Amino acid sequence: MTHAFLTPDQVVERFTTKFGAAIKGTRVGERREGKRKEPSYNIWIDLERDLLKPAISTLMELDYPHLSVISGSDLGDSVLLLYHLTIYYGRVKGEYTVTFSVLIPKDDLTIPTISDLIPGAVFSEREKQEFLGVRVSGIPDDRRLFLPEDFPEGIYPWRKDGTGIPDSMVKDLWAMKRPTDRPAPPLPEAPACEVDTGEATNSPRDQDSRKEGSQS
Amino acid sequence: MSDESKKAPYIVPIGPNHPALKEPVMFTFEMEGEMVRDVDFAPGQAHRGIEWMGMRRNPVQIVHLTDRICGICGVSHTFAFARAVEQIAGIEVPERADYIRTIIAEFERIQSHLLWAGVAAHELGFDSLLHLTWRVREQSMDVIENLTGNRVNYGIVQVGGVRRDIVPEQHQVIEDCLTTYEGLLGKLLNLFLDDKTITMRCRDCGVLSKKEALELCTVGPTARASGVNVDLRQDYPYAAYGDLDVKAILPDQHLGETHGDVYDRIVVRLLEVGQSCGIIRQCLSEMPPGPVTAEEKLAKLLAVCKKATGEAIGRVEAPRGECFHYVRMDGKEAPHTWKVKASSYSNLMSWIPMLRGEQIADIPIIVASIDPCLSCTDRVAVIRRGEKSILTKEDLHRLSVGKTRRLQR
Repeated sequence: MTHAFLTPDQVVERFTTKFGAAIKGTRVGERREGKRKEPSYNIWIDLERDLLKPAISTLMELDYPHLSVISGSDLGDSVLLLYHLTIYYGRVKGEYTVTFSVLIPKDDLTIPTISDLIPGAVFSEREKQEFLGVRVSGIPDDRRLFLPEDFPEGIYPWRKDGTGIPDSMVKDLWAMKRPTDRPAPPLPEAPACEVDTGEATNSPRDQDSRKEGSQS
Repeated sequence: MSDESKKAPYIVPIGPNHPALKEPVMFTFEMEGEMVRDVDFAPGQAHRGIEWMGMRRNPVQIVHLTDRICGICGVSHTFAFARAVEQIAGIEVPERADYIRTIIAEFERIQSHLLWAGVAAHELGFDSLLHLTWRVREQSMDVIENLTGNRVNYGIVQVGGVRRDIVPEQHQVIEDCLTTYEGLLGKLLNLFLDDKTITMRCRDCGVLSKKEALELCTVGPTARASGVNVDLRQDYPYAAYGDLDVKAILPDQHLGETHGDVYDRIVVRLLEVGQSCGIIRQCLSEMPPGPVTAEEKLAKLLAVCKKATGEAIGRVEAPRGECFHYVRMDGKEAPHTWKVKASSYSNLMSWIPMLRGEQIADIPIIVASIDPCLSCTDRVAVIRRGEKSILTKEDLHRLSVGKTRRLQR
């Protein structure tokens, strides 16, 4: 940990001078809330896959980073992984989030593990493996995390292509009525609120109609 | 049974549902005698696919979905999600709304920490203390109901602001509640910290070192009890916290040393109840006048959100630590990507070093000491004078609406 705190722009500069053109893009977001409008900063850095671990090591020279989570986004022919880290926590009004975005193509969905640098990352890496179908090479524990053991192989809930959740797996529990083979309820069923009859005509499985947005 | 299976280590499964646990999680303990040699756990016993659902809904619908991610930190998730969307869509939240959000978030912290204190007492077999903490917790629940209309699933935060104002008549209700808690805090600290049994059970039990806390990405009171100076309210200005001087509560401020054990986690959480009372009082006196939402009409709000493109992070300090939402919007009704990171997500890994080498009888309190998130049930059975009836969700809804009306009268 260094003794002088860098400004958000200096943090970005440290990466651009060290890695040069391999940094594909940077952005510093600023948000001010409350009466005094004290700023909070979010730093975004887009990287090549090979640079992920060197970049985290470089960040570690500034402060031991806290990994909030790794999030992932299916962008069509590639998957974007975002490593949300924070530095300078414990400094009054001086914490920054630093997000490393790594774009990996769908024909080679692998990413090196960062759990040798930040052991707690295993948890989030396991989640990315099962939810996005990304293979984390070198992960010390590659079991499933949240999905049940009987969840089918090759289905990744956050993917927006053919490997996402198929319609046949969507149960639409909200559309189910009370089972008919049960005894009658001890109290008569009263509607909790007025039922909008207009909605009942929508087919619950009609995925293309995009009507979900109009139901409230 | 063959002789092989009688040899140590024994495998003791606890979960997915077990009376010692307050939430569904599957533990596998490798025991040597009474001592935990190794431990593994499998979460996901109640995974509901909320992120998947959210990516098929519009931001206003998601706001109400986020209320239901967790029954205890209802406002934290809504708050974090709303902050992310506001940053993408460039919505300026009125200052008064920032203050109201802060007040509700602090009341949530008070009730959550008191609930936890009760659970901790119960896990230690000190049930009279459980009843005391849960009885006094009711007053904060009543205030939350008075302010938001609900005990859980508050539905107070909306993208762009809040849905209800705090009117002058409610100030007295809040003030009464704060006075009660400030008066009680000394008693609670005394009951928990000076009790011989609690000290013996919790001191140097379930230790998490500062290094482990950092490496395993722990957050909130669990990290602070291990001496990690981290509190979003201090580090990362959002809502009204930038105007206040919140300092992270660390055990060495109170006790002069940090052990990183269960006892320190009790200290941190109880002191934070007092801190929250101070924050609420300061917010009430400094709350600026003005509107409480940037856009009252939901159709207009949705139109603004629909045009928004970009990505943003919304973070808030929930009672259990950092609550993190990442949202990416691409000019469609539903967000392209939505990632929710609840605070317990970051804290579960810390169970492993805490439990290793501990006694089997200490498992419940160590597991509870990180305050893992609990879920709620949606129906109850009532037995009155020998007659039994089951209240459905609709009956409970009717009864709770009735009670809210009585409280607001």
